[in-house]
Amino acid sequence: MNETTMHRREFLKATGLLTGLVVVGSPLALIAPGRAWAVDLTAFTSFEAATLMAVARTIAPHDKLDDVAYALVVQALDSDATRDGNVRKMFREGLGRLGPEFVKATETDRVAALKKVESLEFFQTVRLKTLRVLYATPMAYTCFGYEGEAFSKGGYVLRGFNDLRWLPEVPLEDSGPMPI
Amino acid sequence: MAKIDLKDDSAVVVIGSGAGGGTLAHELTRRGIKVVLIEAGKRQSLDTFSQVPGEAFGQLTWLDTRTQSGNWGVARDFPTLPVWHCKTVGGTTVHWTASAPRLQPWELRANTTYGKIADTSLIDWPISYEELEKYYIVAERRMGVTRRNDMPGLPASNNFKVMYAGAKQLGYKQVHTGHMAINSRSYDGRGFCIQQGFCVQGCKMGAKWSTLYTEIPDAEATGHLDLRIEATATRIVHGADGRVNALIYRDSQGQEQRQKARVVCVAGNAVETARLLLLSASSKFPHGLANSSDQVGRNYCHQITGFVWGIFDKPIYSWRGATLAGVVEDEAIDNPRRGFAGGYRIELVTLDLPTLPLVGLPYGWGRDFAWVMENYRNLAGMFINGEDLPRASNRITLNSNVRDAFGLPVANIHVDEHPNDQAMRKHAQGQMSRMYEAIGAKRIILGPTPPATHNLCTARMSADPRDGVTNAWGQTHDIKNLFISDGSVLTTPGAANPTLTIVALALRQAEYISQQMKAGPV
Repeated sequence: MNETTMHRREFLKATGLLTGLVVVGSPLALIAPGRAWAVDLTAFTSFEAATLMAVARTIAPHDKLDDVAYALVVQALDSDATRDGNVRKMFREGLGRLGPEFVKATETDRVAALKKVESLEFFQTVRLKTLRVLYATPMAYTCFGYEGEAFSKGGYVLRGFNDLRWLPEVPLEDSGPMPI
Repeated sequence: MAKIDLKDDSAVVVIGSGAGGGTLAHELTRRGIKVVLIEAGKRQSLDTFSQVPGEAFGQLTWLDTRTQSGNWGVARDFPTLPVWHCKTVGGTTVHWTASAPRLQPWELRANTTYGKIADTSLIDWPISYEELEKYYIVAERRMGVTRRNDMPGLPASNNFKVMYAGAKQLGYKQVHTGHMAINSRSYDGRGFCIQQGFCVQGCKMGAKWSTLYTEIPDAEATGHLDLRIEATATRIVHGADGRVNALIYRDSQGQEQRQKARVVCVAGNAVETARLLLLSASSKFPHGLANSSDQVGRNYCHQITGFVWGIFDKPIYSWRGATLAGVVEDEAIDNPRRGFAGGYRIELVTLDLPTLPLVGLPYGWGRDFAWVMENYRNLAGMFINGEDLPRASNRITLNSNVRDAFGLPVANIHVDEHPNDQAMRKHAQGQMSRMYEAIGAKRIILGPTPPATHNLCTARMSADPRDGVTNAWGQTHDIKNLFISDGSVLTTPGAANPTLTIVALALRQAEYISQQMKAGPV
């Protein structure tokens, strides 16, 4: 079965499922109950979802970031497309422009394909959604070393807000006393 | 809390509960004056502040539609969010980063100091620095500003250590952790800063001054405040005598209400304040209230801003610690030899991980963008806070093509950058880049101008009624019982983050209103 027929068959089925395995030792392994994950889709076919996931990975290519973080981007796009038929149509048209080979293309070719659609609402919508969703995931927090909210842990006052040692310390008159 | 009848015409109606409106409401009620405080947003608390950045943004931000035009970078980079202020009890003091410097004496004489500059509408303030200083002193004590009175400075964070080392390499002298309205020790019944780095999401310690948990509860405790939340002002109305006598607003159920008033004070942040005055046009005042000078909405200033990021080969963890606690003040001078009028501050800044790609690096995608994000740990940040010059054509107008939930025209914000603004930004970005390069940054990234958080001057104070909207007390030139009580009244923006000045002016205005009410004229 070639990509095109699969595309058509999935298209007729109208909805799909995006699945994967959590990489052992990845941040998600700590929070996911099992090793397999699945994202239910209500607007996109599995193939469309896989293409969108490849788009998201090309927009924000982090080799160390688990697929599941990108799947959450696709889930968010799917829910937007489910809510609004025009959005769904816009995605379908954009995906049509990328064609069925996109998902398997090399990164260089995927970048070139996206450059061609960079000014389209399709691309800008996917790009913004990717940025909004991806960097807010716990997987991204862990991957980039971001520690997030600190109130529940007593702030950073005793947890490294001033632990930088590779530059001179600031004299007290230009800084201030520790509160505790 | 008081319950003030809709037909009670003895109360002062204050619209907006932020730095200006919240402070004014407290100052009037503690003098025994009844105040109806109208706030469009909901009431949050230290317990309800979300610590999920995207959620907190939705919880606190004024997200009603605005349109924009002009050549400023914000129109290109943030087409749907030209300005970033709050819609919540406490207003923008809930998300502010609490930098509280004073304006300098020469900044209040901008026209005299800078001389004639083409394509600007510069004027001098109608108040002297000496007059304003009295209220700065009270405001600083009230807000617990660091390095003033006996409030120590905040301790230096990692991000500040980087800024400090770079600044010293360039020979800068006035570099410190800032004049911050953040408790460096427990003060005024509020705790001290535990360096959460979540200033913008609402300080769950209450260490950062906000009217939400200082002025407003104090006003409620007087028994003279009637705070109405989720209430949106739509029109100020007047009588045949030309004095305002009531506010029309939509309550939390969307029902139209009419609150009678002896005095009306508008403090809705510079965009909405101008919009409300324009929406209140009548047959007697066809161009909007207090607008016989045609100055309402004009001279919109937002201060020159823009991020500079430095990426180093060692970790900084810039998100740990008070977001804005660091400043270089050496460039907050007037020195025309730099190629522009006015001064700027270099201020410490960072953004949380989810916000950085949206606000700090908004056009990126691909491998290079991903590389920057992967170096988040090693990223240090600063931004400019400089004086922009007023122009009559930079203005808030009503856009009748786009309507809000009540069918009223939304505000359009038009900004064309003056060559002076561009020269200042270029100079500042150059200096900041040199600071980071001097201590070994491996890459400098010039970020965009973010959505404007300092919205100013749209109903400015002026000595001559033809040049502005209000007198030196924020009392409109045209209508004696209509006051403006927020950053709209600043005559010029200067290079100081505006909240301290807004609070100082509100303290001064409260004194004046109470005297005028006693003496009879308003």
